[in-house]
Amino acid sequence: MTRQPKIQLIDIHKSFGHKKVLDGVTVDIGTGESFVIIGGSGSGKSVTLKCILGLMRPERGSILVDGREVVGVPARQREEVMKKFGMLFQGSALFDSLPVWENVAFGLMQGRHMDRRTARRKALEKLAQVGLGKDVAELSPSELSGGMQKRVALARAIAAEPEILFFDEPTTGLDPIMADVINDLIVKCVRELGATAVSITHDMHSARKISDRMAMLYHGKLVWVGPTADVDQADNPYVDQFIHGRADGPIKMEIRH
Amino acid sequence: MFLDFLQYCGRLAIFAGVAVYHCLRPPIYFRLIGTQMLEIGYFSLPVVGLTAIFTGMVLALQSHTGFARFSAEGAVATVVVISMTRELGPVLAGLMVAGRIGAAMAAEIGTMRVTEQIDALTTLSTNPFKYLVAPRLIAGLAMLPFLVLVADIIGVFGGFLVGAYQLGYNPATYIHSSWDYLKPMDVVSGLVKAAVFGFLISLLGCFNGYHSRGGAQGVGQATTNAVVSASILILTTNYILTALFFNK
Repeated sequence: MTRQPKIQLIDIHKSFGHKKVLDGVTVDIGTGESFVIIGGSGSGKSVTLKCILGLMRPERGSILVDGREVVGVPARQREEVMKKFGMLFQGSALFDSLPVWENVAFGLMQGRHMDRRTARRKALEKLAQVGLGKDVAELSPSELSGGMQKRVALARAIAAEPEILFFDEPTTGLDPIMADVINDLIVKCVRELGATAVSITHDMHSARKISDRMAMLYHGKLVWVGPTADVDQADNPYVDQFIHGRADGPIKMEIRH
Repeated sequence: MFLDFLQYCGRLAIFAGVAVYHCLRPPIYFRLIGTQMLEIGYFSLPVVGLTAIFTGMVLALQSHTGFARFSAEGAVATVVVISMTRELGPVLAGLMVAGRIGAAMAAEIGTMRVTEQIDALTTLSTNPFKYLVAPRLIAGLAMLPFLVLVADIIGVFGGFLVGAYQLGYNPATYIHSSWDYLKPMDVVSGLVKAAVFGFLISLLGCFNGYHSRGGAQGVGQATTNAVVSASILILTTNYILTALFFNK
């Protein structure tokens, strides 16, 4: 590969107590591609994301963003790296003490020291981009429905025009139509920004729609990586079981009979 | 058990160190400090005021009945003013604020932790220590002395009310003997204690909230821990500070 990958994970290990969550994850994510990690609950998807974001520190392995190591860098440099990132959290994680527009403008005002008036105009622009009008700008996040909260959270994630976007289960907890609206918005936003996107999901419909390339995580290991178009001919029993949603197969859920 | 306790102390000390470091380094969020000062200082006034006035009143009543046994009623005013400024003002205000503010901080920060809002702060290039913890520590440190000063005045006034109108002391004499035997050190030591208590209340509120996990139950646990540990630390450091101030 001649082009520098945007994000490189090299042999990442992470455990909690005796439980090994990530067991040697290695993958390259190219600039401008939309990469989706699929896998069941508890397979280590969220932990992978949190390790890249620096919210958790892996015990072993290195993570390179634009070719530079980000594991264990000092706080100040970490904040510089953070400016490249935007993240959509599973539960939206909006600040409930602030009105909607301040939520969207938060990264601009705090991280980039933009003045309130410019930040507000920018926030309204971003809200319009996700299909929300001026009328919601002054509301508090708790007054919005789940789908609207998700859209506000998306607006917040793209507000600072990051180079890399992370999506944590973007469609969980939404009705199928709203889920599709969010999928469309994600595709649109990522394309408009020209950003690299890393998503984790167990929603196959969503995964197919937003990804260029997919990887399947099982028991802390990537068992399959390939282009989205190949996922149906993956010839991998894990992937096969997962995309068809079958209870029996090589993936054993930890249920006692 | 003992090791757990040591581990807890170590984590708290590191948390405190990091928090103080971030209090001193820019960016400093003055708006947030202002909001917290209003919440801790101004909105705690009714609670602290009520506590203080009844404490002052009961103090006058009790010391009167006690001192009457050896005809030392003249000392009531002095006893009220000294106990109020040195001990009861700071300790009772501290305990009331620990219940009111420490609990609220732990619950708010704890909820932000379990709903990933603290992670969201980090991804928006904002340090949660600077944004959440530092303003609360600064406001606690600054506002508790103010509250205690108010509590001192109201408490002494409560004692005066009971002394002058119920126990039949001469109001002018009562005020004189309150004032004459009061040393600046009595008030100053109380205010220094208050600043320490204010810092401890905020610190434990933030610490327990910041490390809470596991949804609603975890946040409830964090809130309880914040109040209990702050109260115990207030009573312990109160003894230590008193010993340092007056043990010469």
